[in-house]
Amino acid sequence: MKEYNFAYLDEQTKRMIRRAILKGLAIPGYQVPFASREMPMPYGWGTGGVQVSAAVLTPDDTLKVIDQGADDTTNAVSIRRFFQRTAGVDVTEKTGEASVIQTRHRIPEQALREGQIIVYQVPIPEPLRFLEPSEVETRKMHALEDYGLMHVKLYEDISQHGDIATAYAYPVKVEGRYVMDPSPIPKFDNPKLDMAAIQLFGAGREQRIYALPPYTKVVSLDFDDYPFQPTKADHACALCGSTTSYLDELITDDAGGRMFICSDTDYCATRVEDAA
Amino acid sequence: MISVENVSKSFTLHNQGSTVIPVMAGASLHVAAGECVALVGASGAGKSTLMRMIYGNYLTASGRIMVGDTDVASAAPREVIALRRRTLGYVSQFLRVVPRVPTIDVVAEPLLLTGTGADEARAQAATLLARLNIPERLWGLSPTTFSGGEQQRVNIARGFAFAYPALLLDEPTASLDPTNRATVLAMVQEAKARGAAIIGIFHDHAAREALCDRQVDVTGFTPGLAA
Amino acid sequence: MTPLLQVENLAKYYGARIGCTDVSFDLYPGEVMGIVGESGSGKSTLLNCLAGHLKPDHGAVRFATRSDGLRDTVTMSEPERRMLGRTDWAFVHQHARDGLRMNVSAGGNVGERLMAVNARHYGDIRDQAIDWLGRVEITQDRIDDRPTAFSGGMQQRLQIARNLVTGPRLVFMDEPTGGLDVSVQARLLDLLRGLVRDMGLSAIIVTHDLAVVRLLADRLMVMKDGHVVETGLTDQVLDDPQHGYTQLLVSSVLQV
Repeated sequence: MKEYNFAYLDEQTKRMIRRAILKGLAIPGYQVPFASREMPMPYGWGTGGVQVSAAVLTPDDTLKVIDQGADDTTNAVSIRRFFQRTAGVDVTEKTGEASVIQTRHRIPEQALREGQIIVYQVPIPEPLRFLEPSEVETRKMHALEDYGLMHVKLYEDISQHGDIATAYAYPVKVEGRYVMDPSPIPKFDNPKLDMAAIQLFGAGREQRIYALPPYTKVVSLDFDDYPFQPTKADHACALCGSTTSYLDELITDDAGGRMFICSDTDYCATRVEDAA
Repeated sequence: MISVENVSKSFTLHNQGSTVIPVMAGASLHVAAGECVALVGASGAGKSTLMRMIYGNYLTASGRIMVGDTDVASAAPREVIALRRRTLGYVSQFLRVVPRVPTIDVVAEPLLLTGTGADEARAQAATLLARLNIPERLWGLSPTTFSGGEQQRVNIARGFAFAYPALLLDEPTASLDPTNRATVLAMVQEAKARGAAIIGIFHDHAAREALCDRQVDVTGFTPGLAA
Repeated sequence: MTPLLQVENLAKYYGARIGCTDVSFDLYPGEVMGIVGESGSGKSTLLNCLAGHLKPDHGAVRFATRSDGLRDTVTMSEPERRMLGRTDWAFVHQHARDGLRMNVSAGGNVGERLMAVNARHYGDIRDQAIDWLGRVEITQDRIDDRPTAFSGGMQQRLQIARNLVTGPRLVFMDEPTGGLDVSVQARLLDLLRGLVRDMGLSAIIVTHDLAVVRLLADRLMVMKDGHVVETGLTDQVLDDPQHGYTQLLVSSVLQV
């Protein structure tokens, strides 16, 4: 690969992004602005995550890319191929073998370990955005820990649906300080945010990076009388039989036939192999 | 209880060539507890002006107006408010209320302001309204739509709701029929009997004779009119 | 008795133009003060300086905090000032939509201030919201409706409930009855009077409507060109105005 600098971005840009990442790690949950670059893919396809991955990748890394838990969807395949071509790094579908995992909308079922980095693609990094449109105001609210509004959203959920209906992008409080959007992962994954690996969040269009160092305390917001509950479809995986993993519902025919299977394809395939 | 000492007042009309109209000078008046004093004098002599000065509604240019321990002439607004709340009542000729508020609440308000519970205040208000012959079906309506006589009686009920130690009455019996007039006279007598110091303006001679211990002619306080 | 609010030599300039200047007064607990004047007289500038929305160029605004007594709100840190803004202070805007979250239900609007001071029990928050909606004459069955479905008068009452739910001690009101029908105004005035009396609130009300201050305010401050030209008891200022401008103002009101 001589046409591109390693991992596509030029070194100055990567330095700029690394500085943002380091700042993010130093202030867990705080959204660090960065000069997001145009990437050779449309916004919404993970431009933020790709830039973060590009900045942390080294030639020795092994990369895994998942989209909704799956390694074989268009988005995952494209990004994986992108880094194969521009960085020449090894790629894998095995969660345990990857040193860097870029993800959209899921955290792998297999617990991550120290030394691993997981990079989330984030569409809208501001958890207060849907209630307070002004960026100036939301930044001030973060600065002053003025977070009443966040519970208003949960209140509205309960008053309209009888329960906290927010099922993904469920807001969390980081180390008792910043309220953070964990990206659109299902709230089932929220408890896993307390983990051993480094977690980095990149929002390309919104030009924000934030981060969670290993073992950061992450608490999902809730009410005393409506405590946080990670939920999943009440089924077992139709392929591997797992009753503890997060499931996708698959419509199989026009007659309403459907099945539930693990959204984490690596986890499911490994269990099927082990069972065989 | 009420002591007016060498008080003067003038109006300056800034928008009419800064005309200065002196309306009162050297006014003095003392009313003891349980005493009723009538202000008399020709129309325009300054009866209402003096009464308004005592109530703090008009500013006093010089002199002292002691009501209890408060000098109305020099008191801060909040002191005058406190005075009006617990010490000094005023039955004016005009009823000024928030539109839409039921009559019974208008009458109960002075009691609510002085800490009486809502139910007790309403009960007392009801007693007063009944005594003044305001039909019960009107109690839930705003007095703004009432006739002049009815409004006047609501005003009196409101003015007598709280047992003020000092009372100012501006024509309390005007536009009342004989029955209600008698009721009002009785109420004033009762206020006297419980020790209220009262200053009144009564064009109603008989009422004045019946109620007042003394008369003070304000003409003597009026610059230009005094001989 | 110590004042709740002590304003000393407050001034705000917009470049060379005077917003307001030389404003000093004490407000005591339970007092309602009206500020009247024509458009551009500086009354809204003053209100915003008092409520911490604008930073004055000069002077002090001391508020009797619950914990530390009189504190200058101009120099206190923004987090402290914001905390006052959602606990001991309330601000009622002229346009309800400036003071409400239009995309949040009535209950959520009322509950927000409670949640901002760390109320974390949904049932309690909802009970308090229902209680407050009742106090401002909004029926319980409207609790999950958004303010966009409310009439102007209801929106204004909702704004008041949202502001008073945390039991503030000082309420700033900017033309609270402006833009409402006369009949709706009357209802709101009655409501405000009752709340002020029952909660022992202190309030500062900016308006150009002399009828509103006569009914609501104990004291009056008349402003012209950024200066306070006259202060006093409300009925005294209106019935015996001393300054030429106040005399003009009072005599200009149409009689009905």
